Amino acid sequence: MATAEAATPGSAAASAKFAEDVSQWTLMRWRFARNRLSLFGLVVLLILYFLAVIAPFLSPYPYNDISTDYIHVAPTKLHVINGQISVCPLLQEMRDFQWFYEEDCDRAVPVDWMVKGHAYTILGIPFETHLFGVTQVPPPPDPAKLKARAAAAAAAAPKSDDPLAAFKVDAPSVASGGVEADKLPPKVFLFGSDVQGRDMFSRVMEGSRISLTIGLVGVALSVVLGAILGTASGYLGGLIDDLVQRFIEIIQSMPTLPLWAAIAAALPPTMPVPQRYLLITIILSFVSWTGLARQVRGKVMAYANLDYIAAARLAGSSHMRIILAHMLPNASSHIIVVSTLAVPGSILGETALSFLGLGMLPPAVSWGVLLRDAQQIQSVILHPWLLIPAVPIILTVTCYQFLGDGLRDAADPYSS
Amino acid sequence: MVTFLIRRLLFMVVTIVFISLISFVLIELPPGSALDAKIQQFRARGLNVTSDVVKGLEERYGVNDPLYKKYWKWASNAVVGDFGQSFFLDQPVNTLIGSRIWFSIGMSTAALLFAWCVAIPVGVYSATHRNTMPDYVITVLQFVGVAIPEFLLAIVLMFIASWYFGVEVGVLFSREYRDAPWSLGKLMDLLSHLWLPVIVIGTHSTSWLTRVMRANLLDVMGQQYVQTARSKGLGERVVIWKHAVRNALHPLIMALGGTLPALISGEVIVSIVLNLPTTGPLYVQALINKDMYLAITFLLFLSVLLVVGNLLADMALAWVDPRVRLE
Repeated sequence: MATAEAATPGSAAASAKFAEDVSQWTLMRWRFARNRLSLFGLVVLLILYFLAVIAPFLSPYPYNDISTDYIHVAPTKLHVINGQISVCPLLQEMRDFQWFYEEDCDRAVPVDWMVKGHAYTILGIPFETHLFGVTQVPPPPDPAKLKARAAAAAAAAPKSDDPLAAFKVDAPSVASGGVEADKLPPKVFLFGSDVQGRDMFSRVMEGSRISLTIGLVGVALSVVLGAILGTASGYLGGLIDDLVQRFIEIIQSMPTLPLWAAIAAALPPTMPVPQRYLLITIILSFVSWTGLARQVRGKVMAYANLDYIAAARLAGSSHMRIILAHMLPNASSHIIVVSTLAVPGSILGETALSFLGLGMLPPAVSWGVLLRDAQQIQSVILHPWLLIPAVPIILTVTCYQFLGDGLRDAADPYSS
Repeated sequence: MVTFLIRRLLFMVVTIVFISLISFVLIELPPGSALDAKIQQFRARGLNVTSDVVKGLEERYGVNDPLYKKYWKWASNAVVGDFGQSFFLDQPVNTLIGSRIWFSIGMSTAALLFAWCVAIPVGVYSATHRNTMPDYVITVLQFVGVAIPEFLLAIVLMFIASWYFGVEVGVLFSREYRDAPWSLGKLMDLLSHLWLPVIVIGTHSTSWLTRVMRANLLDVMGQQYVQTARSKGLGERVVIWKHAVRNALHPLIMALGGTLPALISGEVIVSIVLNLPTTGPLYVQALINKDMYLAITFLLFLSVLLVVGNLLADMALAWVDPRVRLE
């Protein structure tokens, strides 16, 4: 019955099968495929992970490339000139100790595709090609125009009614893109640049590599831990069950984020990045395994009294075989669902820790590290693009929730 | 009821002892001791710290004592209310925590009330108007509400509040009330500054509870006594609010156990972003400076807050649901 409902009319292969030929997993797949929202979540997540893998190919610049000529540049506007996507070189101006930029579109140069840039490796294979970049050097700025700008700036400058005027540094009212920058191709900053002139787009791409995986690895660790301890607790019962359950209760009665922060504070700040990454995944899993162990224990206890387990025991199966061959496969769909639902919490945990300066630290880049720059409200008001790293965080976590919800419904044999 | 209370209280004490043990291990976890930081501080001031002095200090503070001895020293003082000294700020931990923890409790409670006041009606509306446009909007909003990190929400709302409404953010009192004694005016002033952090802290829980409420109400609405109520000719409003919602509320109280940690964590991080004089900023400062006695006492207090909250939640559940036996 369920099969007839689940099989979509279009799938001929499915309707040819009888109900008993269809495995639980196939049923789950059918049910899952009907849920639009979770399918959307799955597709978006796959795209995000794919982008993270090819991140350096998409990034036009190295993520830690500092350039003093481009401090806090707003996202570059793309113009279509002569049928080509082009960018305009910037003219730089210092007012009130703040850089202001203006586009000089008379000298626009086109964006090039598949350009050669800094070297990188993807999955161990070396590459030099980047999806896009600007390679053409624009002509030098028109001196007449610069002069006109300087005159305009001087006219606009407040006359010395200000008693503090004598103390003000007369910043160069008009500079071009900087002396060095004039001889180089203009830069394209899709997401703007940060306080050190680093490309936010390249940094967000690079950050996705840590932010998307650290929660996943953390949950994977806690699945292992939770499955082992949960099964042991539920299957063996007695003293072990009591001990594990009390231990879980104690960990769960400590507030998560402060606990994470306290453990993370023990890591020395000078630790190399890969080591820190690993330890943070362990810290994240240290708290999140408890929920999983509870769920697995519940499942195992429910199975323990079923006839087929009794049959297996009568047939002389060892405890290990009963657990591995009969219980875990049965609980696996449930484990997958619970762990999918645990991933967003871990991702948010890493983000919050890094934001507080206790998780990943510069020079490592994660979305939480990037958002540290947005901690100052004044900075956000002046440079709103510093908030851009928040968008992929929200997108990722929402999609994981859609996915987890869909999986939960699909794994439930009683759902309609 | 009395036996239940006694048993739970005993268990609570055991839990807190264990938490203090875990906490103490965390104090000892970072390499080096708090004394190193102190000695560095002395050296930075140009004092000549000889190895004899270091040895004397180590002996005086018992740095090289075995772990159990140190724990006993800390715990026996903690029981009588002395949590040691902050190395970094040179003040007793008690003074530093005293007033802050009350603000934390107040804000978490306010956020919880906010979450309930919003989640229940919205959840009921969403469940009774299933698969309509407003329901879809609410569903998407609650997904986003769970997905948005608290600190980000704090930044965005702070931005909006200071930009569009000209609200002074990052403080709990206006200037004229800051040093004034407590009065009605000061209380009102406090409340006018509290709404922003309370909303931020509560958003996550609100979204979550709305989801729980909607699912529960849908479950309950399918049950026969609701059908009976309808067939008796009761109005839809009475059926929903008097029959269905009442029974759908229990899981909401049960969910309190899962909500409290989120509220407390949220309070910590939001107060850091908004720089409120509650536990958050001092806690993270202490962690970053490895001022572990201060940090761990905070952690201990926050955990106690959680444990007590859970006990209250269980009692509340027994109070509203006579089927729950407290034994």
